[in-house]
Amino acid sequence: MIEFKNVTKRYGSKTILHDLSFTIKTGEFVVLIGPSGCGKTTTLRTINRLIEPKPGTVFIDGEDVTQQNAVELRRKIGYVIQQIGLFPNMTVEQNICVVPKLLKYSKEECDRIVRELLALVDMPYEENAHKYPSELSGGQQQRIGVLRALAASPPVILMDEPFGALDPVTRDSLQEEVKRIQKKLKKTIVFVTHDMDEALRLADTIIFMDGGHIVQMASPEEMLQNPASKVIKNFMGKHMNEDGPVAPLLAEEFMKKKVYKVYKSAKTLESIELMSKRDINSLVVIDDDDTYLGTLSIEDIKARGKAGRSIAELINSETMTVGRKDDAKDALDKLLSSTSNYVVVLNDNRTVAGIITRTSTAKAMGEALWGDLSA
Amino acid sequence: MKLINFFTNNSQAMLISVGQHIALVLVSVGIGILIAIPLGILLTRHKKIAVYVLAVAGMVQTIPGLVMLGFALILMGIGTLPALAVLSIYSILPILRNTYTGIIEVLPSYKDAAKGIGMTKSQVLFKVEFPLALPAIVSGIRISAVYIVSWATLAGMIGAGGLGDWIWTGLATYNTDYILAGAIPSAILAFAFSALIGLVQKLITPKGLRRNA
Repeated sequence: MIEFKNVTKRYGSKTILHDLSFTIKTGEFVVLIGPSGCGKTTTLRTINRLIEPKPGTVFIDGEDVTQQNAVELRRKIGYVIQQIGLFPNMTVEQNICVVPKLLKYSKEECDRIVRELLALVDMPYEENAHKYPSELSGGQQQRIGVLRALAASPPVILMDEPFGALDPVTRDSLQEEVKRIQKKLKKTIVFVTHDMDEALRLADTIIFMDGGHIVQMASPEEMLQNPASKVIKNFMGKHMNEDGPVAPLLAEEFMKKKVYKVYKSAKTLESIELMSKRDINSLVVIDDDDTYLGTLSIEDIKARGKAGRSIAELINSETMTVGRKDDAKDALDKLLSSTSNYVVVLNDNRTVAGIITRTSTAKAMGEALWGDLSA
Repeated sequence: MKLINFFTNNSQAMLISVGQHIALVLVSVGIGILIAIPLGILLTRHKKIAVYVLAVAGMVQTIPGLVMLGFALILMGIGTLPALAVLSIYSILPILRNTYTGIIEVLPSYKDAAKGIGMTKSQVLFKVEFPLALPAIVSGIRISAVYIVSWATLAGMIGAGGLGDWIWTGLATYNTDYILAGAIPSAILAFAFSALIGLVQKLITPKGLRRNA
């Protein structure tokens, strides 16, 4: 557990951190985010005393960091920085084992650690251990950077925009790996970024900072739903809807508009004819003023209908309906819980707007993810 | 032909002079290294003072060699010792400057990483800063050595021995054979030192840095 208690940092007359107090639980992945100059990196660096957290205190597992020897403290905390943190004069193996060596681990122990860690990121020992950083790609270098931080099995790892300089594809896969490793090894990670995507992806808890203050500390879900300020909202960018928190998806976004309707005055055989022509097994029945009355299924006609009679008495008025501006979640709940294959979507004046079927839902999802699928 | 005859007739004496010359260079550059590297490292820890120290060292460097040798003659008399003193002073600056800038120019991210993972100040220096600055430092030594080979000929003037003796004798007696007997070997020496140290530089450059070099 990492606990900040009234940590303030001033440089001259400028206050970088304003009286920060918060707690990071053991095993939690916490992301510090905010506009540049918000104090996120400073906050990170007070944890391993690259910056002294005075006045105020940072506790790790109840121990005041300022009461410990700074060098020994840092050896117990993993540290990954942006891009070029690997020592160019050392091989991959030597880089990974820097901290264990400082801690006087035996050579065999170091060797075992290097092999184990390289296996963790799918970089074969024989192929990579003796290379120099300049012989690796940017992504591989940063993988080694992460491994170096893991080498002496510190419970806490600090990461300062580690993937900022990588291309999007490499960044994606490294984020995935870090998240996987964190879960597997149960590390407490404090991670600085200015990329909201990255924060939403990695964090258990996001701490949003601005001007040296914590604006909000919340789970990604909660931050998306209830961002505490305009700045956060702007940061969320594409994850947010303009006029509110998360845009609730509307029922109309999931419906298909092409609906086969019959007036209640229609006759049974006529309706069957219509259904068989369209290869469907039910119709939406509307009143003379075009308002919704119910549905008519082929089973109902077969069971109770008589040739030449009006369909009026066969109308099933129990089919679920939703308004087109209703939350799509309600519509989907109704669709999944009802026995019928669709939910009818109504306009405000109770005329029929469309129906939501399992197919239309899948299509809408697909379009949201990959764009127009109508072709 | 006459020159070759002169060289063969005097080969014994010339070899002794070459030996003396090499000794002069090695000793004075050695003293220069011993002073300049620790001083350069020290200065990187006190950057405010460094500006002044480097400025003073630069000024000393601009004093003509003959003037310095004159001072040494007045203060310490004739012989090898005053010559060594002057040559050592001259050898300091290139090494000092390269040590200082070499270490200062190690990327801050390496130092930050080194400190952040728990290296002590001296570990940061010896495991990261110094190895990364080493190519620059050696190149300072190389510049220094080449300088000193030529300046050591001047030192012959105050009785330091070495190849300078031949040149001064030649100048005093208008004998070109003598002048060339000093000048040619010292030119060759300068090349040799440069090439040799260049080789050393390549060998000690950390492997990971060689590609960028």
